Amino acid sequence: MTSEQGDHIIRSYDEELEHLKELIARMGGLAETQLADAVDSLVRNDQELATRTIRNDEKIDEIEHELDAYTVRMLALRQPVASDLRMVISALKVASDLERIGDYAANVAKRAVALHQQQPLDPVRSLPRMAKLVQTNIKRVLDAYAKRDANMALNVWESDQEIDEMYTSLFRETLTYMMEDPRSITSGTHLLFIAKNIERIGDHATNIAEIVYFMATGNQIMIDRPKGDTSSFAVVEPPNEDKTAGSGSNNGDEQK
Amino acid sequence: MNYETKTAEKLMAAENIGETKMQARDVRVSYGDTEALHGVNLDVRHNEVLALIGPSGCGKSTFLRCLNRMNDTIDICRISGEITLDGQNIYDRSIDPVQLRARVGMVFQKPNPFPKSIFDNVAYGPRIHGFTRDKEELRQIVETSLRRAGLWKEVHDRLDEPGTGLSGGQQQRLCIARAIAVNPEVILMDEPCSALDPIATALIEELIDEIKQSYTIVIVTHNMQQAARVSRRTAFFHLGNLVEVGETEQIFTNPGDQRTQDYITGRFG
Repeated sequence: MTSEQGDHIIRSYDEELEHLKELIARMGGLAETQLADAVDSLVRNDQELATRTIRNDEKIDEIEHELDAYTVRMLALRQPVASDLRMVISALKVASDLERIGDYAANVAKRAVALHQQQPLDPVRSLPRMAKLVQTNIKRVLDAYAKRDANMALNVWESDQEIDEMYTSLFRETLTYMMEDPRSITSGTHLLFIAKNIERIGDHATNIAEIVYFMATGNQIMIDRPKGDTSSFAVVEPPNEDKTAGSGSNNGDEQK
Repeated sequence: MNYETKTAEKLMAAENIGETKMQARDVRVSYGDTEALHGVNLDVRHNEVLALIGPSGCGKSTFLRCLNRMNDTIDICRISGEITLDGQNIYDRSIDPVQLRARVGMVFQKPNPFPKSIFDNVAYGPRIHGFTRDKEELRQIVETSLRRAGLWKEVHDRLDEPGTGLSGGQQQRLCIARAIAVNPEVILMDEPCSALDPIATALIEELIDEIKQSYTIVIVTHNMQQAARVSRRTAFFHLGNLVEVGETEQIFTNPGDQRTQDYITGRFG
C-alpha cells in the first residue's frame, strides 16, 4: 500500500519536501556504508578503513543538523498538515535514528581497532552474516521511506526477529569461549559490544519502519513485534514470581 | 420568557454536551435552476465548536445560512430536507424566523454594526424581543454581553459613541456582543475574522474559546489554521457535498478522504 501524492499548488513546497527526502536518502546511504565499512574493517583487519569509518561519522552528524534546521524552517514557514505534516515530522525522527545508526557503526569500527590487538575469537565469523541482514533491513526500510510503502515497512519490522536470534546465539557462544579461556575475555567483551551495536542498529531500522508506516498510513503499527533477543536471560533466569525473593537456589546465584 | 430563566435553562442544558443540538437531514438548496447543496446530513452537537471548511462555492456558507433561515430572504432560493433545533423542525409553519434567529444568532464576515451608539447596538435585540423590564436590567445585559465579548474594558466609558467608530476588530466583537445579548443557543459565524488583522483575529478566537462553554458555535472559515485552532470538529464541503466530518485533530493529521487531504494540504483535487 503505497500512497500516491498529487502536486501542491505551490511548486516550491513540493521542492522542499523533495529536498527533505533527498537529505534522508543521503544520510541513509551514508549510514549503510558506515556499517558495511565498520564490519569490513573488522573482518579484513583493515586498520586504515576502521579509522576512516570513525572519522566519517561526522558527515552523518552534519546532514542531521542540516535536516533539523530544514524541518524547523518548513514547520515555521509552511505549517504543513495531514500527510505533509507526517512527512516532515517523520523526516525529523528518521534522521535521529540514522544518526544513532552512524554512532553505533563508528563504535563498531573503534572496537575493530581494539580487537585487532587481541587474539581472534571464533564467533567473529558469524558477525558478517548478522551485519548483512541488518544492512539489508536498512536498505529496504529506506526504500520503503522513499516509496511511502507501508507494507514494505511492516516487512522490515517483522524481520528484525531473525537478527535478534542471531545476536542471542552469538552472545551464548562468546560467553562459552570466555568461560573456557579467561584470556579471551577482553576480545570476547569487545565482540559482544560489537554484536550488540549491530543488533541495536537493527532495532533502529525497525524504528524507522514504524515511522514509515505512520507516515504512509497515519496510524501506528498496532501489533506486538516478535522479539528474538533473549540474551538478557541467557545466563540468569527471568525472575519468577512464584519463587520467593532471595531463595538462593536459582541459576543466577550459582553463576555469581 | 425572561432573560434569567433562559440563562438558568441553558446552564442546566450545558451538562448535556455532545448531544445533538441541530440536525440536518438531506438538505438540498437551489438558487433558481442551480442546485448548490446536494443533500447534506450533518449534526451539530450541543456546546461544540464545529468548523465548516472548503473551497469557495462549495456550499458551506449556504449550509450555514440554512441553520437560521437566512436564505429565506433570497427569493429564488429553494430548500428541501429537514433541519431541526432541539428536535423541532425550524422550517415548520409554526416557527417564526425572527424568534428562531434569536435562538440561532449570526455573526457575519464584515463587521456590520448598526449606525447607532455602542450601547444601542447591543441593546437592540433585548429591546425588540422584550427581554427586559427596566432600564437597569437592560444596562446590565449590555454590560454582561460586552464583557463576554471582551470589549467592555475598551468601550465602557464611551457607550454613547457610534459603533461604527470602532476599529474593525472591535466592531466584530461588538457584533458578537450583539449576538450574545439575546442569549442565543447557537451562534453561526461566517468567516468572522477574514477582515481582521492577526491580533484582532486572536482576540476573536480567544473569545470563541471563552464562550464555547455556553453556546453551540458553527464557524465557516477559509483559514484552515483557524479551523484547526478553534474547533472540536471539522466538516469539509466540496462541490455542494459534505465530504467528511470528524474530530478536528483527525481531519488535520489523517483525513479519511483524498479530497479533504488534497484541499487542506494545498494540492490539486
